[in-house]
Amino acid sequence: MTNNDTGYIKRTLPKNVGKLGIILFLVGAITGSVGFFLDPARASYSYLNSYLFILSIAVGSLLLVAIEYAANATWSTPFRRMSEFLASSLPLLILLVIPLLLNIQNLFLWSHSEEVAKDHMLQAKSVYLNTPFFSVRVFVILLIWSLFYYLIVKNSRQQDETGDLLMTKKNNKLSIIFIPVFAITVTLQSIDWIMSLESRWFSTMFGVYLFAGITCSALAALTFISVMLKEKGYFHPKITKDHFYSLGTLMFVFICFWGYIAFSQYMLIWYGNLPEETFWFMQRWKGGWKIVSLFIIFGHFLVPFSVLLSHPSKTNFKKLKFISIWILAMHFIDLYWLIMPGMNGNGLNFSFSWMDISFLVATIGIIIYMFNRMFEKYNLIPVKDPKLQRGLDFHL
Amino acid sequence: MSRSNKLHSVAAIFDNPDKVIFAAEKVRDEGYKKFDVNTPYPIHGMDEAMGLGSSKIGFVTLFFGLFGGAFILLFMWWSLALSYPLFIGGKPFFSLPAFFPITFETAVLFACVSTFIALITVFFKLPFNNHPLHDTDYMKQVSVDKYGIYILLEDEKFDKDKIIELFNSLGASSTELIYQPKEEKYSMFQPKYLIFLVFLAVGTSASTYLMLNKLMYINPFNWMEFQEKLNPQESSLFFADRRSMRTPVNGTVARGFIPYPYKGIANPKEVLSNPTLPTTSFLKLGKKKYLTFCSPCHGNFGEGDSRLNGQFPNGPTFHSDKVRNFKDGMIYHIITNGQNSMSAYDRQISREERWAIVDYIRVLQRAKNAKNSDLEEIKKEPSTND
Ligand code: HEC
Repeated sequence: MTNNDTGYIKRTLPKNVGKLGIILFLVGAITGSVGFFLDPARASYSYLNSYLFILSIAVGSLLLVAIEYAANATWSTPFRRMSEFLASSLPLLILLVIPLLLNIQNLFLWSHSEEVAKDHMLQAKSVYLNTPFFSVRVFVILLIWSLFYYLIVKNSRQQDETGDLLMTKKNNKLSIIFIPVFAITVTLQSIDWIMSLESRWFSTMFGVYLFAGITCSALAALTFISVMLKEKGYFHPKITKDHFYSLGTLMFVFICFWGYIAFSQYMLIWYGNLPEETFWFMQRWKGGWKIVSLFIIFGHFLVPFSVLLSHPSKTNFKKLKFISIWILAMHFIDLYWLIMPGMNGNGLNFSFSWMDISFLVATIGIIIYMFNRMFEKYNLIPVKDPKLQRGLDFHL
Repeated sequence: MSRSNKLHSVAAIFDNPDKVIFAAEKVRDEGYKKFDVNTPYPIHGMDEAMGLGSSKIGFVTLFFGLFGGAFILLFMWWSLALSYPLFIGGKPFFSLPAFFPITFETAVLFACVSTFIALITVFFKLPFNNHPLHDTDYMKQVSVDKYGIYILLEDEKFDKDKIIELFNSLGASSTELIYQPKEEKYSMFQPKYLIFLVFLAVGTSASTYLMLNKLMYINPFNWMEFQEKLNPQESSLFFADRRSMRTPVNGTVARGFIPYPYKGIANPKEVLSNPTLPTTSFLKLGKKKYLTFCSPCHGNFGEGDSRLNGQFPNGPTFHSDKVRNFKDGMIYHIITNGQNSMSAYDRQISREERWAIVDYIRVLQRAKNAKNSDLEEIKKEPSTND
């Protein structure tokens, strides 16, 4: 089952790409650290926002890899490596989470024992929401994700040399385990990092909501990078517009899914009309936040929906590039909208800080740097994957 | 199916999908336009090989999807907010979030059903079920395990021998000439057919009737049909006098009814005070009701100039000092209670409308007795014609 004659030639990206990554990271990290000195509370929130952004792309990409293995999909096999590269910042997240855990007091009301003593609701929740358990949970989940990343990617790379069918089978099993594990862990992470910012609020759909956003952003990152590489000629020549059509369709599907989940969450709370749930939306409908909320309805759903609706637009490189960057930006704004209104308890009006940007810049730097490193070391397509030839031959 | 000797198309059978894709590409490149491919299952890449653009069916779906969504949204607005407003969970009558799921479902329903109907009628030409390919060896093979192409006679480049040569050079395992079927006509009014229709109609009606009313008539519950209550005029064993209709307890007030305290009193010592404000719209209501109910006897301007020509005692003028000095409540009392030969109007005219009439009579009186200073007042106000 080996297949060497794929016509793939290994190349490296221009030197500047790696440098660009480092520069972006340094600029962001330095300005961000200054922020931690000037206004640690604000910096913690901005940091959390960008942290969840990179987490979304990393773990979402790992999920895409797992879905491909679990479903035995062939059309996406040529794209799998790119998702693997994008997931490569996953182990780094274990280091990146440390500043957040150090600033836990700046983020979460439930971490202040005097506040918990005052509030019956927080006392009831303190079995789950307490600093030691929280930190352990966060580390364990990140370790589980990194472990799966390590195992799946190791098998995938080993296959580049041996072409062993066993690796595909192993990864298929690993992926089938990973997907339910991901479902549970991502729900816990969404509750831990975002929902517990406003400790009194709860929504049973919240995990799914974050999952929808994560998948959108991972697909958008994959689409953007593959279109760029295809245009610049790094990608395999047999990748046709049919492949990109499928990527576009998948993005379209998950945009619809996001819209469906976002609306369902809103509608249930609106219908139930219970003050302990509605305040969360009310707060995001006040002042400047109202504009952000409206912008998300249009930007995260209606714009990508209408751009991706027609058949030709899913194969149009310009539109694909535009919309994937747009979706990534919208995911960042969505996270902003989820996190920031909880700052300093409730009632803070919409405000913007340069720190929000500096951590984002650092994050993008990390993604670019890691991608470039992986690109140098490994093949861009899994050259000896038994499914590769069928993937390259894919037609609609 | 018996065939005429008119040619329909030339068809070829291929043994595997690669060959048929290759053949489709070549046929396209040769410049044939009117040809089609039949395969037992969809083959990836066939659209491109045949040179088909993207299908137009998407526009049908889009149009009817939007139409269905807009239609149901309007319908819900009309039925739930306009025609029969219902309070549901304390929400506004037109509350978009609650209507979204239904709008979405209906849009999908319209889109799917219309796509299906458009496919089978416009694209497959449904009522026409006599396709020449039916019942040919070619069709028998391509619906099992072979792949086929046929080129239609209508194609501009059609040339029987050249096409067969082309197919053979592409590796066809066999070729076949397909002829138009003979036209077969049946008269609508054959006696056999008509008798069949009559039997069919009688048979279906009879069996449906028997089925629904006799065989399947099961009453799962009957507590709506036979309720434990007494209808008016029914007798009841429960009460000694065996009447089901009981006199209400003293002081019972019917729903929505506010009793009038001075009912039946000819010259009440005190009357109600006017609870309303003479707004423009309220006065308009008063004018309307006045012209309907009072003007026949009291005249359009309350001058006692009846239109009844002596068939009934003329209603007196409202511009007498007596009526001008009436309290609002007194006029209200006369409308509600009647006075001597004028009957009571409380059954025809609602409370609010009665007060509106009172206010309007005040307007008439004021207009009759205008002072010079009123002119100044009017000049100040922007003029309105009514
Ligand atoms: C069928 C004719 C008729 C109609 C219609 C009628 N009235 Fe009269 N109205 C009379 C007559 C006749 C009298 C005089 C009764 C009496 O002898 O005291 C009268 C008396 C009155 C009086 C007392 C006047 C006075 O000088 O004592 C008022 C006020 C009055 N009507 C108001 C109204 C109003 C308001 C309406 C409309 C809702 C109305 N009427 C409709 C015939 C009518």
